[in-house]
Amino acid sequence: MGEERTMSLGLAIREALHQEMERDASVIIMGEDIVGGAGSDEPGAEDSWGGPMGITRGLVGKFGHNRVRDTPISEAGFIGAAVGAAATGLRPIAALMFIDFFGIPMDQIYNQGAKLRYMFGGKAKVPMVVRALIGAGVNAAAQHSQSLYSIFTHIPGLKVVIPTTPYDAKGLMISAIRDDDPVFFLEHKTLLGEKGPVPEEPYTVPLGVAEIRREGDDVTVVAIAKMVNVALSAAEILEAEGVSVEVIDPRTLSPLDGETILDSVEKTGRLVIVDEDTPRCSLATDIAALAADEAFFSLEAPIKRITAPHTPVPFSPTLENAYIPSQERVVAAIQEVVSV
Amino acid sequence: MEIPRDKLLEIYERMVTIRKFEDRVHDEYAAGRIPGFVHLYAGEEAVAVGVCAHLSDADSITSTHRGHGHCIAKGVGVNEMMAELYGRATGACKGKGGSMHIADINRGMLGANGIVGGGVPLACGAALTAQVQGTGAVAVSFFGDGGANEGTFHEGLNLAAIWKLPAIFVVENNRYAQSTSVKYASAGGDIAARAQSYGIPGVTVDGLDLFDVYETTGAAIDRARAGEGPTLLECQTYRFYGHYEGDTQGYRSREEIEEYRTKHCAIQRFRDRVTEQGLLEADELDAIDAQVADAIEASVEFAANSPFPDASEVTTDVYVNYEEAI
Repeated sequence: MGEERTMSLGLAIREALHQEMERDASVIIMGEDIVGGAGSDEPGAEDSWGGPMGITRGLVGKFGHNRVRDTPISEAGFIGAAVGAAATGLRPIAALMFIDFFGIPMDQIYNQGAKLRYMFGGKAKVPMVVRALIGAGVNAAAQHSQSLYSIFTHIPGLKVVIPTTPYDAKGLMISAIRDDDPVFFLEHKTLLGEKGPVPEEPYTVPLGVAEIRREGDDVTVVAIAKMVNVALSAAEILEAEGVSVEVIDPRTLSPLDGETILDSVEKTGRLVIVDEDTPRCSLATDIAALAADEAFFSLEAPIKRITAPHTPVPFSPTLENAYIPSQERVVAAIQEVVSV
Repeated sequence: MEIPRDKLLEIYERMVTIRKFEDRVHDEYAAGRIPGFVHLYAGEEAVAVGVCAHLSDADSITSTHRGHGHCIAKGVGVNEMMAELYGRATGACKGKGGSMHIADINRGMLGANGIVGGGVPLACGAALTAQVQGTGAVAVSFFGDGGANEGTFHEGLNLAAIWKLPAIFVVENNRYAQSTSVKYASAGGDIAARAQSYGIPGVTVDGLDLFDVYETTGAAIDRARAGEGPTLLECQTYRFYGHYEGDTQGYRSREEIEEYRTKHCAIQRFRDRVTEQGLLEADELDAIDAQVADAIEASVEFAANSPFPDASEVTTDVYVNYEEAI
């Protein structure tokens, strides 16, 4: 056995895209500046971007402009075209850049892509992936920092995936591309540089299966996206105090692996949910309701939700730091529920 | 462009089918036998049929809330259509779509659409599939004068133009977007002229003249199949019924409607021309009228005698697969 190969979460996504495009000629990818430099006469302009984070760089050289397309800044146009292409035989991956831009193509997402199969009595399928960046932490302010996954989780017909490790990023992306339903694949911008082991061969991580990141007996913490790391470091701190914390990463919000969450709550009797999104009608609220409905008699303390405040994401570092749920808040919430 | 005799007969049969289907839906709706919202296509038949006469099942269309005519023109059967309108399990969408979402993806009919302008990007996507896979298929998007004011219209035309997609954008300008006149709502007045902004051909068509629609569309489709990109057609037409069934239509006069029904009926114009030119005989057209009347009657019987979907069907067909659905 050689040394385990490690790579960043962003490059794990790139490898998944390469391997699936190689495997299946019906997979295409399009979006704003996913190649970069389109229409420029400047030498070296082509592939100068590879998307806002460089993840798609190199695809055009391998797969050509027929399958790797820069689009105009025209989200309703190209997201809708991805829906139409998916319904007629391709497997498009559409890069929305930042999830904050969803307002422009939203009709094509929720009234068209999400509903075609149901409205047509099961005769259509829409196998597409929408990639988008989520999350605060880089001072990108109110229109480039939101999480918003609850909005897509709310829509029947859509699936929502958020990888938190490079291993999961590759396996979940391959699953998302092979899936026959529309999948939102959301990439937290502060996790793209996270490094971890990634096998070279293609593999899948199933949608709808949560991962227990840390086993514990005293309290269940369900954390989403970057909050998984915050919860894990809180768990480390509390271990020294003799508190045993179980940390669950749902990995996919739709489908949501409720069984793993409920089994854990039944074991620990306590639940804290950590969510970077705003609190109202959110995943945190949804998971709290699930536990209240299904595991009420196992609970030994009130359910606690640690979320962002009900505000837009602020710009200034001091404000943004106050916005993002902190390790201190998570530690305090866990201490509170275990003291009951 | 000469239209073969068989094609002329098929065109007449499809136009009459649309008219009689819609007239019957009007009656069935008034009698309370069809639930929901219904928008009728009667009057506009020459557009859907003149365009779709060029298409095969491999070609795609997207439609509008006024979609029955596009379905029939694309070859969807009236039994499954009427059953869908009745909300029955035997409907084209198993009763899950209804009038505004009626579809038959196997025939390239990518659905009526409850969202004005919603189908334009979808047609770009179907055209993209054809282009990526090199199938030679085309995609046609039908939408109204109202749809031409949506952002999706402009985004779709731009995308199709830069990628030279094999797409045809067909504006059915029936003069009223719901109750609002095109004179009020459409800046510049000339919708076809908007094509110039995207460097593609834009043609104004007499949408009540089957032959004009057929010929203009034929040229646009030839252009699309040759890889020369999209075309915008503005077909000027008129709807005989209100925006929706139940519309009191205070925004237009009875005289105006009557004038279109009697003097500008696309089916009568077609009939007059083909008989005057000796292309088809009045007897054979009468025979088609009778056949279609029987088919529509049979479709109502089929629908009325079909079962409603089982209530358990409410949760099926949301996803292809969904593990541990919560």
